[in-house]
This record gives sequence, structure tokens and C-alpha cells, in this order.
Amino acid sequence: MLEHDVLVVGAGLAGMQAALHAAKQGVSVAILTKVHPVRSHSNAAQGGINAAMEEDDPWEDHAYDTVKGSDYLGDQDAIEVLCSEAPETIIELEHMGVIFNRGSRGQIDLRAFGGQARKRTCYVADITGQVMLHVIYEQLMKAGTQVYEEWFVTSLVRQNDAVCGVIAMDLRTGELHLIKAKSVILCTGGSGRVYEPSSNALICTGDGYAQAYRVGAPLMDMEMVQYHPTTLPGNGALMTEGARGEGAYLINAKGERFMERYAPNMMELASRDVVSRAEQTEINEGRDINGCVLLDVRHLDRNTIMQKLSQIRELGLEYEGVDIIEEPCPVRPGMHYMMGGIKTDIEGATFVKGLYSAGEAACVSVHGGNRLGANSLLDTLVYGKRAGTSAVLYADGISSPDIPDSRLQEDREHINGILSRSGEQGERAAALRLAMGQTMHQHVGVFRDQSGLEKAQGIIATLKERYQHVSVDDKGKVFNTDVLFALEVGLMLDVAEAIVASALFRTESRGAHYRTDFPDRNDDDWLKHTLVFSDESGPRLETLPVTITQWQPARRTY
Amino acid sequence: MQFTLNVRRYDPEAENPAPYWREYTVDVPENATVLDCLIYVREYVDGTLAVRCSCRSAICGSCMMRVNGQARLACATKAKDMQEAAAVITVEPGGNMPVLKDLIVDMDVFWDKIRQVKPWLEPVEPVPEREYLVPNETILDLTVAMNCVMCGACVSDCTSLEVDKNFIGPAALAKAYRFVDDPRDDARQERLEDLSDYGGVYDCTHCFFCVEVCPKDVAPLERIVEIRERAQGAGVENNAGTRHAKAFEGIIRDSGILDEPMLLLKSIGMNPVEQMKNVPGGVRLLRAGKLPLASGPFHHKIPGHGNVKRLFEKVKAGQEA
Repeated sequence: MLEHDVLVVGAGLAGMQAALHAAKQGVSVAILTKVHPVRSHSNAAQGGINAAMEEDDPWEDHAYDTVKGSDYLGDQDAIEVLCSEAPETIIELEHMGVIFNRGSRGQIDLRAFGGQARKRTCYVADITGQVMLHVIYEQLMKAGTQVYEEWFVTSLVRQNDAVCGVIAMDLRTGELHLIKAKSVILCTGGSGRVYEPSSNALICTGDGYAQAYRVGAPLMDMEMVQYHPTTLPGNGALMTEGARGEGAYLINAKGERFMERYAPNMMELASRDVVSRAEQTEINEGRDINGCVLLDVRHLDRNTIMQKLSQIRELGLEYEGVDIIEEPCPVRPGMHYMMGGIKTDIEGATFVKGLYSAGEAACVSVHGGNRLGANSLLDTLVYGKRAGTSAVLYADGISSPDIPDSRLQEDREHINGILSRSGEQGERAAALRLAMGQTMHQHVGVFRDQSGLEKAQGIIATLKERYQHVSVDDKGKVFNTDVLFALEVGLMLDVAEAIVASALFRTESRGAHYRTDFPDRNDDDWLKHTLVFSDESGPRLETLPVTITQWQPARRTY
Repeated sequence: MQFTLNVRRYDPEAENPAPYWREYTVDVPENATVLDCLIYVREYVDGTLAVRCSCRSAICGSCMMRVNGQARLACATKAKDMQEAAAVITVEPGGNMPVLKDLIVDMDVFWDKIRQVKPWLEPVEPVPEREYLVPNETILDLTVAMNCVMCGACVSDCTSLEVDKNFIGPAALAKAYRFVDDPRDDARQERLEDLSDYGGVYDCTHCFFCVEVCPKDVAPLERIVEIRERAQGAGVENNAGTRHAKAFEGIIRDSGILDEPMLLLKSIGMNPVEQMKNVPGGVRLLRAGKLPLASGPFHHKIPGHGNVKRLFEKVKAGQEA
């Protein structure tokens, strides 16, 4: 029998941070992850991590920029925690071995990032997330924490109103196992694959959202989907905001720096929602180059590009055949990040006992309607630590759960159902995912309206019907990635449904959620979170007040 | 555009598991990567094909495999380039690791070697209240090693590992360099000693394959050479590798031609047990005609070897100047 006090699902930055801090308390902790920890998507965070590191930069200023960036939907108590704990978090990482770039005195150097009044972003070239992920994994190796590597959670076990374990598949053998845990922390990341295209990795299938949702934990602000302003048209790969932080321009087909019309003060460094909307407007109004605008760094010093932006130069060369030193690179807004997620409090606890969450999987909410660049890495570490610590406190107070074997049987039957369906009886999952992704991009993207959202709702419902007959080619047990993908698509359809329902519900425009039929922010009716629960009849919507401490909502201009 | 891929498959659950080849032709955009082709196969042609992949942009390191005979990240390899090099694109799992299924290899052996170099910072005490102050040049140098995504391409194509499973290998040694080079690390001397031991930096044969195949320009061999230099600089010399290097230099300097039996003896050092251990190998070399005994015990100097000596002196003077 597999059993732990605390089981962390997901081994990105949030998951490993949660596990390290939980393990420090001397309880039995394990991580379960569907890929090796260093394959996690935290890798993709290129630009950096925010913290008010300088003496003349009080953390309250960082918090204010975050509140404003969130379009006043972020919970200010949570943002205060995030920003006040940021500097110590950076120091902790530096002591672990992260090789932050340095300034003239050998101190951690800072770069400019979008939506912030001053330089506040610590960085390692344009591989910040990768270095952090590898360094925190070094600490995990040092601690000797147990990792269920290449295991996949098929469902959470909920008994007597509390989550007390998971059913999971060992992908190497195909065997299903029950893992008992007094508390479970979901650090499963985002759900970019619900969209097509997306900057996200193929593993970002929102498993945690759907699994939490299915056991009764509500998802919050799921309509808040960030489109990053600079993704490559070919494969959706990300070109870091650090490029604009170093001074890159965005230009349209006429060669204009069009941001001066949308954000005359901050220009290319306005909030991501603002820049993405500006780009999409340029594209929609015909001032585009094959559906793109251009990212231009030609005026930057060659050394700056080689030392600080070398990875995106490689990406440009590799995927667009463009050397950014010589010519501008086509980019467009691309689905990038979920501000919404599993609703947690500032200790990482969800609405369901025994279930915790942190990182992109969770919604505390520190990002509200729009996340500032370089706040996501910070979120994973600050709240990963908190979730790890509080999951231990909860586990301390309860006894080992008693779960009947029949619980395992339910998941086994579901998987056997997929395996036993023949090709003629069923339909492969890939076509369903593609249709879902394109629908979400078309109707639930940068601009939305009621008729488009209703269309999306109908299509997702049909896809869910068709999913009942999903089939696979691979009937084996060892590394059956065909079955894994079919299970992921099933989870993603639930996530898509929750996003669309939340987007229909919020009849205003705020942050990344822009309704062309309700173009204004409406603080009277909508200065609140959307909360979506899974009912038998479908998604049920509620609202939750926004926590405001020191910053009253104001008009947002950049 | 059409691409034809010949994929080496392996199903461990087959009745008599054995590798076999299967050809797939896919119609994908001209700028598709090899990974795009494989995903197309998996999604629309043959769902039984097993491949690890995630980021699609060469940062997660999942999709290392051999394409046209060389270890690469499939997501950073254009199908068109591969098809231009060979009419049919050959796709196989990475080498030096056991195959679990199709293109998926067991990376446990890879990670065991990474763990062998104690890959975590041992912080210099006292730990400062704020960050350690480090020159940015050092950080930039460390970034080269930290660029590694642990894809295993270097390990796959390492010729030393192919014959000596005890070799720590290029990825782990490049990782080790990241600590040896870090002024915040307190275990430098101990690391240099461990890394100079059997299985360490001197077991690399300089074939340069790791430099050639690394998709992230980590150039493991260069990191290995740097560790050697630092180890010798730090007085870590009581090992076969250093003795070998020094004996090699001395013999060439004094006679202008290599005396292989002498080199072997000097590398092993004055250790009778180790010397005895090497007798069977020596006999095998002798039988195969690999030990030029003709010159052996009566090793001669080449005519004009004085010029060689002068060359050495010139280089040395240059280094000191």
C-alpha cells in the first residue's frame, strides 16, 4: 500500500517548492509527476522573477503595480503576501544556487518588465525559469525526496468531504495504484492545450483544474486567459517580454510603433492584456504582416542580444528563419497563461478539506484579470511554500485514511472502456482536441462576445458527447501515451467548459477578458470574482467579493 | 510537404520483443520539425507510436533521439534538412540507455550518473544575509553550463560510455563544472579530487561527439578540459589521468616519439597491485600487435629530437610570459 502524509501532484517550481518545505517538517512527502521534474513547464519562463530588491523600492510599489496590472481583480491581501515575501524568496533561491545575472558590484541585477513603474525583475539571461527549475531539482535530489516519476493521476479520492488520496497510473507499467495521502497539493500548472495555438508545452493540459473541479472544489476567474503579446506564428513559442524590457519595439506593417496610440507612457511595456489587444486591433484593421506584427531589436547592442536574449535569437532562427540581430521577427498574441484556477486562500487551501494547490493551477488570486510578466515564478515559490507548510499542518491533525479497493476499480473500468473500444466504434482524441483548441482561440480569445461564446459553448458540449466514444490505437500497457492523451483530452474538455461558462457570466470587460458587447469595466456589478462549480447539470456560477486593503479601484492607463 | 520517416520501433509487450522498422509518410508544413512529423503520426496515423515530448521549443529536453544516426532534439530538427541529407529520415531512440518502448529510453542510468557528482551547491559559510556578491563574468560563464537541459544527447553518442559504463559521462561532468566554477561552492577541492578519479574527467577520449550533438552549446568536452585544468591547478595530481598526461608530455619531450609501455607504467604509478591488474590487458594488446615492442624496452629517440625539446621550451616560455 502506497501512503504518504502529503502528496504533491506536479513537479514544476510550485510542486517542488511545496514538497521541499513540507519535507522540512519531517513528515512523509512524495511528489507525483507525469513527466520528469526538469521537463516541467516552469522551464519556459524566460524573462525573470519580480521582487522589490532595492532599498528605495518599497514592496508596496510592487504590490500596487500588481494590483493595477490585475485590473483591480487581484485580492490585495494575497498580493501583499506575494510582494512582501518576494525579496526573501529571491535570496533563498540565490543561496540554493540560482545564478542570477549581476550588476557592477556583484549584486543581483534587475531588468525592466511590462506593467511596472521601475526595474524590478531578477533574471538569468533569458532562461530564468529553466535555471530555477534545475536548481530547485538539485535541492530535491539533495533532500532525497521520493518522486513518482512518469505517473499520472486519473482521479482524486474524496471521502467524507475530504480529499484523502489519488488513483494514479504508473506510465511505465500501465498499472493503476491507490496512493493514500492525508493531504494532496495540486501543482499541475496551466491548461494551454485547451487552446490552439498556445505558447504552452504539450503537457499543459489542466489536469488539476478538472480533477479539483470534479471533486467539488470551485475554479475561480477562469475567464481570465492571458494572451502573451509576442509568440511565434509557426509553433506558438514564446519570445520573452525581456526583449521589450531591454528596449525592443513593436511595429506594424507601416513601420509605426503603434503602441503610442494605445499606451503613450509605457509603450511596449504596458500590461500584457493592453499590448495584446493593441496588436490584435492592428492585425484586425489590416496593418499586419501575414497576421502578425513585428518585434524589432535591431537598434539594440549586439552584445546585449547575445548575452541577455540568446535563447530567443535561437528560437527566431530555428522556427522563423529570422536572425533578430539583422531583421525584425513576426509575432502575434498567443494564449499563454491562466490567471484563473483552483480557488485557494492565502495558505493554499481549497474549498475542499485535505486539498491544496499552488502555482498556475491555483487562483489565490494574485493575478486577477491580468498577470504581470515575471510575477508567475514568484507566485509558484511564495505560494508553493505556503501550500506545503499548511498541508503538513492539516495532515498532522488527522489519522490515516481508509479507502476501499473498489475505488480503484472505478478508474480501471473507465480506462478499460477506452481501451476496449474499437477504431470503428470510436473516435481518436486528437481531432477532438484540435476542434476544441480552435474553437477556444476563435471565440474565447483576445476579443469575445455573447454570440461567439454561445457558439463555443455549443461546440464544447458536442465535443463532450463525442468524447464518450473516444478510442485508442494502442491497446498495450507500457507507456501507452495514446491512453494518456485520451484521458488528458477528457480533462481538458471540462476545463474548456468552465472557461466558456465563466466568460459568458462576466458581462463586462476587465483585464484579459474583453467583451466587445460590454466594452467597459463595470465596478458596480463586477468588482468580484467568478466562481464555477461542477454540478450534475453542468457548470454552476457564483461570485465572491474581491479583497481590497489599501488600493481603491481607479481608471487604468499605461 | 511530404516527408518519409523510417522509425525504429520496439514493443516490450510483443510475444517475442525485438526492434523493427516502420516507414511513415506524412504531409505537413514545409518548416515542420521531426517532432511535428512524429506527433502527426501519433495523432493521425498510428497511435501506438511512443515518444516523449513536451515543450516543442528545445527547452524541456524530452525528445532526444537519433535522427539520421545522430542524437538530436526532434523539436529542434527540421524535417526538410534531414530529408535533404538522406531521402528517408531515420529515427531511432537515443543510445547508451536501454529502450523501454519505441523512442522512449530508460533515463535512470543518466540520472544515476548526475547524482554521482553531488549536483547541489554546498554553500560557502557564513551564508550572507543578502545574496553572495559574484562578478557577472563568472555568472556568464556558469550560464553556459546551466544551459544544459539534461536531454541526454551527449550521453547517447558518447563513445567512451559505449565501452566503459563506469564513465560518469559528459552531461554529469558538465553539471559538475557548474559547481566547480561557482565561487559560492565550498566543496571545490573535494569535487576536483572525486572528478579526477577513475570514471571521471580523464576517462573522456576527446572524440568531440558531445560537442557536436549538444543542442544547447554546452560543449561538455570543453567543460571536462576546464575541470582537468582546475584540478591540476589545485594540486590534484595523484591519479592515473594526471600521471598519464605528465608521462605523455615527458616522453615526447625527451625522445620525440611515444613509448607506450612506459606510458602505461608511468600512468599506473608505483602501485604493484594496479600494475598486476593491467597485465592481462597488456598481454592482449601485445598479441593484437598494439604494443610496439620493437621500440619497447630499448626505446630510442627520433633523429633530431632536440627540435621537439626546443618546441616544448618555446611553448612553456610563451605560457609563462
